[in-house]
Amino acid sequence: MKEFFHRKLERNAIGFVLAIVGVASIGGLVEIAPLFTIHETVEEAPDMRLYTPLELAGRNLYIREGCYACHSQMIRTLRDEVERYGPYSLAVESKYDHPMLWGSKRTGPDLARLGGKYSDAWHVAHLVNPRDVVPESVMPRYGWLKRNALRIDDLSAHLAAQRAVGVPYTDAMIENATADARAQANPDDAGTSGVSERYGEATNVRAFDGNPGLLTEMDALVAYLQIVGQLTQAAQQQTAKAE
Amino acid sequence: MISGLTVSERHLALFVLGALALTGLAMAVAGRGDPLAVHGYIVLVFSLGLGFVVLSALFDPEPPEERLSEYYDDPTRAGIILSLAWAVAGMFVGVWVAALLAWPELTFVDSAWASFGRLRPVHTSGVIFGFGGNALIATSFHVLQRTCRARLPGQFAPWFVLIGYNLFCLIAATGYLMGMTQSKEYAEPEWYADIWLVVVWVVYFLIYIRTLQRRKEPHIYVANWYYMAFILVVAVLHIVNNLAVPVSFGHAKSYSLFSGVQDAMTQWWYGHNAVAFFLTAGFLGMMYYYLPKRAERPIFSYRLSIISFWGITFMYMWAGAHHLHYTALPQWVQTLGMTFSIVLLVPSWASAGNALATLNGAWHKVRDDATLRFMMVAAVFYGLSTFEGSFMAIRAVNSLSHYTDWTVGHVHAGALGWVAMITFGSLYALVPWMWKQERMYSPKLIEVHFWLALAGTVVYVFAMWNSGIIQGLMWRTYNDSGTLAYSFIDSLVAMHPYYIARAFGGLLFLAGAVVCSFNVWMTIRMARRARAAEPAGDVPLYGKAGAAPAGE
Repeated sequence: MKEFFHRKLERNAIGFVLAIVGVASIGGLVEIAPLFTIHETVEEAPDMRLYTPLELAGRNLYIREGCYACHSQMIRTLRDEVERYGPYSLAVESKYDHPMLWGSKRTGPDLARLGGKYSDAWHVAHLVNPRDVVPESVMPRYGWLKRNALRIDDLSAHLAAQRAVGVPYTDAMIENATADARAQANPDDAGTSGVSERYGEATNVRAFDGNPGLLTEMDALVAYLQIVGQLTQAAQQQTAKAE
Repeated sequence: MISGLTVSERHLALFVLGALALTGLAMAVAGRGDPLAVHGYIVLVFSLGLGFVVLSALFDPEPPEERLSEYYDDPTRAGIILSLAWAVAGMFVGVWVAALLAWPELTFVDSAWASFGRLRPVHTSGVIFGFGGNALIATSFHVLQRTCRARLPGQFAPWFVLIGYNLFCLIAATGYLMGMTQSKEYAEPEWYADIWLVVVWVVYFLIYIRTLQRRKEPHIYVANWYYMAFILVVAVLHIVNNLAVPVSFGHAKSYSLFSGVQDAMTQWWYGHNAVAFFLTAGFLGMMYYYLPKRAERPIFSYRLSIISFWGITFMYMWAGAHHLHYTALPQWVQTLGMTFSIVLLVPSWASAGNALATLNGAWHKVRDDATLRFMMVAAVFYGLSTFEGSFMAIRAVNSLSHYTDWTVGHVHAGALGWVAMITFGSLYALVPWMWKQERMYSPKLIEVHFWLALAGTVVYVFAMWNSGIIQGLMWRTYNDSGTLAYSFIDSLVAMHPYYIARAFGGLLFLAGAVVCSFNVWMTIRMARRARAAEPAGDVPLYGKAGAAPAGE
């Protein structure tokens, strides 16, 4: 009977096309669609803050240089991972990450809890030549980050696009994006109070690359690396509660 | 080439190229100050260059009516050459990035484009989309016509698909070097390249369905089921996973519509099914035609073909969640992903078994004919790597293997052992047919290539098994005092010998691809010299009244 049915199907190109699309659609529908509707999928984190324009620019550089190919940002719920890297990652931590950077390979270590772990100067030295601080490292050098000026004139458009995909940037944040990026990397800038006002008192405001006079790609990337895993304390709090 | 197009098709080609040139110009203007402008100029130069090629033959006479009684193979011939060019380029970059992991200072320029992070996607896209994609397009046009005994519906559309697809590959590869990437693995190209690929893909689908509608065979052959699944499902995956909002029409950069856990699941639903429908279904289509042809044996079991086809089409789509075990993805999805990944072994081994059982009665040919041996070994590696895949999808195994080189080894067991081997086998069968030769220029060189490819694959996979499992074990080893025994850097240092071995294995495989390209090139030259008479019978059924069935 089945044989007969399939022999008929094989003679009908359009029918075959529809059958393929129908059969292939089921898995994705069952596994992906509920992730948008089931409320428990993503935890609540009232203290969650947004990336500043400078950190967002840094995140885009992290993507541009392909860092995600060798570094994950997803600590699994395994004892050795929690002891090596810190509290395991929660879904809410990447709630505003368009796209997520969970990664799939650890040629280098996981970076989900990197923020605040090392000094800015360490990051700058490490990015310029990783083997100056970790002799055995196989990471590439990223010297050009320190040489290249950061493009900030279009950051308002970036924040607006982020808002279009669901990140709750306010009008004031979008409007002041360029000024905020400049101020965050220069403590002497008049606009630093605006950064803290819009993104929170705890926001890092300093010359990340050690040179307040020039806003470089290094400023942006280090600003991002120092905030990875620090947008919310939800994971740390959950671990503390469990203990 | 151009004179094979009808005059009205040449006009259409000029119109399309003109529209494309204008699009390139618009991108160059809108994208001032952004890398998008560079791609605008590339599109502009690309379409103007092709425009001149079309113009140079615009006033050639109409192609003869007799063409309609022959198959249209020009795009297949071009696709074979493009496929091999991408193979050598993509594998070369692969060896390069492998060497960078062993010797990070080997990079000879302190330039951004030459760093590992930018070169890696050039390698992955170069071999998957450049080499694999061109081989799939070229062989699908050939298989489609033979198994339908019908000529492609026109001359322009197949060229549009082939050249448009290669423009996509070119934009992708040059974009990575400039740092343009969405960071979604195997879906790195930015929004405008993605939109262009959709256009190309729709035309590809239309060619397929229109040729199927014109077929002179009552049944659609199993190879076409797979090629159709490849075209259709890749379209669905590509569109959903690449949904994004560009910063502006003057920016290459875009932001993914999805975020966090939903984005991760969508990405690996895409990522794993790129393996399923690009690297498996498409190449199974290849196997189902060229293997029985070369062995001169019918497919072992029609029922097994049905079971494995629908099993693969249904179950693969559930398997992506196994890339996210123990992560912030809800556990019910992880469990579903693992379950289907394990059951998937049934249709996978049904396919592999069907291929190997087809060789019963032809094993003496496998011994003597390196071309058929390529296909046989491909089927074996297909069986091995699908078993390994199901195994690695088990949560407990995955806790060790994930994030390590074991995954890289698994991917290459599939990519080198299965995808590349079935492609090389099929090309060695196809090239003499396409250039009307008795055989390839040098059967000895096929034999050399076979052993280079097999040795390269085995060295590569064993190196990565070792490094991956050592890495995974070192990360989770505790000492007597209950603390972690090794720092991360300890595990990295332990990888060094395996990274050298891996680069060596890759080099062997690359050498094989170079030997293959030389052999194909010499076969084409041989054909040019000989201009042998066309074998009779290589025509669609309705071409000549009472013509014999197609010979190949």
